[in-house]
Amino acid sequence: MRDMLDLNSAAAAGKPAAAGKVSIRNVSKIYDPEGARVVALDNFSVDFAPGDFLAIVGPSGCGKSTLLNILAGFDTLTSGEVYLDDKLLASVDRPLAPGPDRVVVFQQGALFPWKTVLDNVTYGLMKQGRTPRAEAEARGIEMLKASGGLDRIAKSFPSQLSSGMQRRVEIIRALINDPKVLLLDEPFRAMDTVNKVTMHRHLLDIFRISQKTIMFITHDLEEALFLADRVIVMTTRPGTVKLDIKVDLPRPRTREMMASDAYIALKERTVMAVREEAQKAFERGEKEMA
Amino acid sequence: MADATTPTITRRNPFANEGFWLAMLGLGSFLLLWYAAVKWTPIQAFNRLPDPLTVVREWLSPTPSYGISIFTADYYVHILYSTYRALAAFTLAILLGVPLGIFMGWKRSVHQYAYSLFSLLRPVPPLAWVPIAILLFPGVEPAVIFVTFLVAFFAMTMNTYVGVKAIPEDYFRASACLGGTNTDILWDVIIPGAMPSIFTGLQIAMGAAWFSLAAGEMIAAQYGLGFLIWESYNLIQYPTIIIGMATLGLVGYLSSAAVRMVGNRLMAWREQRLGTGG
Repeated sequence: MRDMLDLNSAAAAGKPAAAGKVSIRNVSKIYDPEGARVVALDNFSVDFAPGDFLAIVGPSGCGKSTLLNILAGFDTLTSGEVYLDDKLLASVDRPLAPGPDRVVVFQQGALFPWKTVLDNVTYGLMKQGRTPRAEAEARGIEMLKASGGLDRIAKSFPSQLSSGMQRRVEIIRALINDPKVLLLDEPFRAMDTVNKVTMHRHLLDIFRISQKTIMFITHDLEEALFLADRVIVMTTRPGTVKLDIKVDLPRPRTREMMASDAYIALKERTVMAVREEAQKAFERGEKEMA
Repeated sequence: MADATTPTITRRNPFANEGFWLAMLGLGSFLLLWYAAVKWTPIQAFNRLPDPLTVVREWLSPTPSYGISIFTADYYVHILYSTYRALAAFTLAILLGVPLGIFMGWKRSVHQYAYSLFSLLRPVPPLAWVPIAILLFPGVEPAVIFVTFLVAFFAMTMNTYVGVKAIPEDYFRASACLGGTNTDILWDVIIPGAMPSIFTGLQIAMGAAWFSLAAGEMIAAQYGLGFLIWESYNLIQYPTIIIGMATLGLVGYLSSAAVRMVGNRLMAWREQRLGTGG
């Protein structure tokens, strides 16, 4: 939390803080509509304000990844609309392409293994073609440095880093583009508890300083409550909103808060909803999909 | 994970290595068996063949009985011709196979268009193409190169295709959401991602070019190691057959090793701990 203030200037060097108001309206997604008709999302609506940290929780296969894929532009929707800063982003007639205003951090990690850390970090700036290499690299180094001195591994290849460091680099690779929304697809899923706790602290620092709108997908309720301003619990397939809870724990969040009455009350309110849906999914014996 | 790095570590003193002595033992017992079969058995089919000593003596002789040894210019002309044909076929196989493999792996329509045709043609051995090659091409050289090229081309295409298919979908997506265009995805994701498999393909293709060469050079009129082997058979110059075969094996092995070396050099990112990117 110490040297993170530099990150602020580094991230804001591009332009003034972008808005990042996302509005998902009545979005449905049906796979194979002619045949098996698998309804992944059913009339899903949610609005989030600029700078919101929104966590979406649900059992495997509830369509939460489908939602992220639609927002990211990896998947089409069957009905409904998505707006970003009040501009129509995606609808049935307007399939959405992926773009640097909505950058994804992937579940399995997707740093290019054949590029160095710095080349990974500057990739977006270089490809968008508005930044000269020298400037992109200077900014990359600056952001790596601000994120706990990661500039010392700028010339390393991703395979030489621990999974926690890989994830931090990947978040910087997303953040350097000054996206309107950061889409995190269960990025800490494969990590052990100690690493997770460290990563949560890093992510909260980044969130506090960059003021980005974040959509965080997870199946871990505690993680969601600890990190987010708002937690949406999804029903099992077809995915809709089951619970929409405001997490009014103060920031900065600390691990001690997880023992507070407020946190426990929140958890009690949500945990049953999550269990119910997980149970339903389990009984259906559904394999993970979407 | 250890497998990925072993080829780079084994370059220590070969004499200290038990594997080296076992390999020598294998080679030695083969030569002994060969010598014994020719010299000491009453089997006529074996007695007709030249024994290893005769071959080596002929190979190293300044005045070879059948005209081919390391001291004759013709020997090197044969090697040069064969090398030129193998390299031409190999280069063509890369130039055509890599792009085809990439597009088959990347674009579903190209895959559907080409794959079944490909699967039907692939098992046809090079020897079976010889008549078609003669009919198809006006000169000897193009026909020889065509026959040499085919298996290398199939190996190149298949390995590239498999390499592209094995790239995790997330890399494509990451490039796209960071602002990469289709061209960027081709250069930043597909080519480096498929590179390990492409290099395996290069090694296989190099080997394939050399073993198809003997079939191709049956058409050849004058030069080439394959030609030398057939010609020596027709002229009953048996030691020269073995010289041709051994030279083919040696040159083929050396060129595959060269390809492997270049590959290890170019893929430095892979020599780090591979497989931890989970």
